[in-house]
Amino acid sequence: MKKVDGLLEEHGRSKIEVYVDWENGNYVPKEVFEAMKPFYLEKGFANPAITHRLGWETYELYVETKEKLVQPLNISPQDFYITHGLTESNNIAIRGVAKANKKRKKIITSSVEHLSIIHSSRYMKSQGYKIEEIPVYSNGTIDLDSLQNMIDEETLLVSVQLANHEIGSIQPLREVIEIVKDKNKETLVHSDMSAAFGRMKINLNELEIDLATFDSSRVLGPKGIGGLYVKEGVHVKPLLEGQLSVETLSPGVEIMPLIAGFAKTIELEFENFDEKIKNLINLRNKLLYGLYTTIPKTLINGAEGEKRIADNVNLSFLGCEGEALTVECSMNGIYTSSGSACSSRILMPSHILTAIGRRPEEAHGSLLMKLSRLNTEEQIKYILETMPKVVSRLRKITGSIEL
Amino acid sequence: MSSRIPLPYSQRVIELFKNPVNLGKMEDATVFAQAGSPACGDMIAFYLKIDEKNEKIVKSSFESFGCASNIATASEVTIMIQNKTLQEVWNISWKDVSKALGGLPKIKNHCGTLAVGALQRAIRRYYTTIKKEIPEWLPNEYTKDEKHAMEEEELAKKLAKKYNLSV
Repeated sequence: MKKVDGLLEEHGRSKIEVYVDWENGNYVPKEVFEAMKPFYLEKGFANPAITHRLGWETYELYVETKEKLVQPLNISPQDFYITHGLTESNNIAIRGVAKANKKRKKIITSSVEHLSIIHSSRYMKSQGYKIEEIPVYSNGTIDLDSLQNMIDEETLLVSVQLANHEIGSIQPLREVIEIVKDKNKETLVHSDMSAAFGRMKINLNELEIDLATFDSSRVLGPKGIGGLYVKEGVHVKPLLEGQLSVETLSPGVEIMPLIAGFAKTIELEFENFDEKIKNLINLRNKLLYGLYTTIPKTLINGAEGEKRIADNVNLSFLGCEGEALTVECSMNGIYTSSGSACSSRILMPSHILTAIGRRPEEAHGSLLMKLSRLNTEEQIKYILETMPKVVSRLRKITGSIEL
Repeated sequence: MSSRIPLPYSQRVIELFKNPVNLGKMEDATVFAQAGSPACGDMIAFYLKIDEKNEKIVKSSFESFGCASNIATASEVTIMIQNKTLQEVWNISWKDVSKALGGLPKIKNHCGTLAVGALQRAIRRYYTTIKKEIPEWLPNEYTKDEKHAMEEEELAKKLAKKYNLSV
């Protein structure tokens, strides 16, 4: 521990600190924590599947909480399965669907999915499945013609996220569902909605989608909990073996404090929803276009306007390397992340930036700033003042090295 | 997102990242060498001013396109080689560099290898193209570190080809 203390001392602490790394971690609003607390200390701690007074009481609290949880999605609580987060939900959506539907053996995903989808698909490939990836345009949205050509008799599942978690591009999901169902009614459609939920309107009933992934920590809720929507009649199997309780896609005892926190965060985030989103888009635009216009040799990664999710700022600063950018930002009190490959020995940058055609040196200079409603105008102003200095210092270190 | 490196940079790495020593292109360098590839996001350039009489490095500088430890490593190397003979410098290993830096995170050891590879490339270039006389102590075979730099560059080319990228 001493080593880290010394390091942090040398690193220094900026007077102003701005957290814009909500993609990779979050604290919860106090109200959320308060809603969780009684479930640790006084109520709802029993197993909801056990037949005694405390079990029944927990069951009742569980049912109540889950009803609240699914409200903004306009679905029945029975169709929403609690999981341990988006990674598990996505794994079940691919591998759990395959486990329950063994006849068709082809899975189509977009090329810019979360790694929990990409890696699950790769696993299915090792099990003899045919995997195809839908290419994307340079703005990160998928090529629908390619999708149309990929769907055949053998296609079990198509998985296309609603919004990209890294570059914020919103996919034409309605069209995806139409195309898929037109071509093969049997083919299931899954969408990872974790990066879109809470940042745009989603009506699952209206969408006629078969499966959808959600995550609590992506909407300021506690970590370690998420959900998978499964339309009635769609067959899915859990991936972990064990004692099933009330929830049937993820064995083990329901973690009531997390469920309560998830429900509370949804209640908060969907209060004055339109206004919240308007404010978020306003902040996002100030930051995105502020950086883009004041720092030369900068590229915007992902779609723009209506096709970009409200909280996403992702830019490439040419001549800077992303890991160095995050460290330099950190020393200035700005906490953010990058799609640089520097931490990995495969030496390749983010598959998403590669898929949209960014050259490696462009991808290495990428910086993701994900906003939340907890960020302020003041903070955006501070980032806009600070980033030109950050970028120019790193560009000075790169000097005359030609990229 | 993959900028997920566990924290343990040493104080020295952070110090040199914050205030890099011997930074910048040297216009009157005797020799220059670069290693790494933009595809890896990992490049180091060294400029050496050599006193040709006693084969000592009198001045050196660096430029770096890379992560914080890449920058710190390159800077540390320029400090380590000051006033040393080329033969002494040739024998510096990535472990020596890592030690001077107070240890590198395991995943960053290649920064050390790349820096040493670039340095040896510069020294070899000095003897082969400038002095045109190869000393006894300079092996004909490429060293591990020189090879590492080349492998990294090759790998980047291969991967770029595989993913249809231009390098």
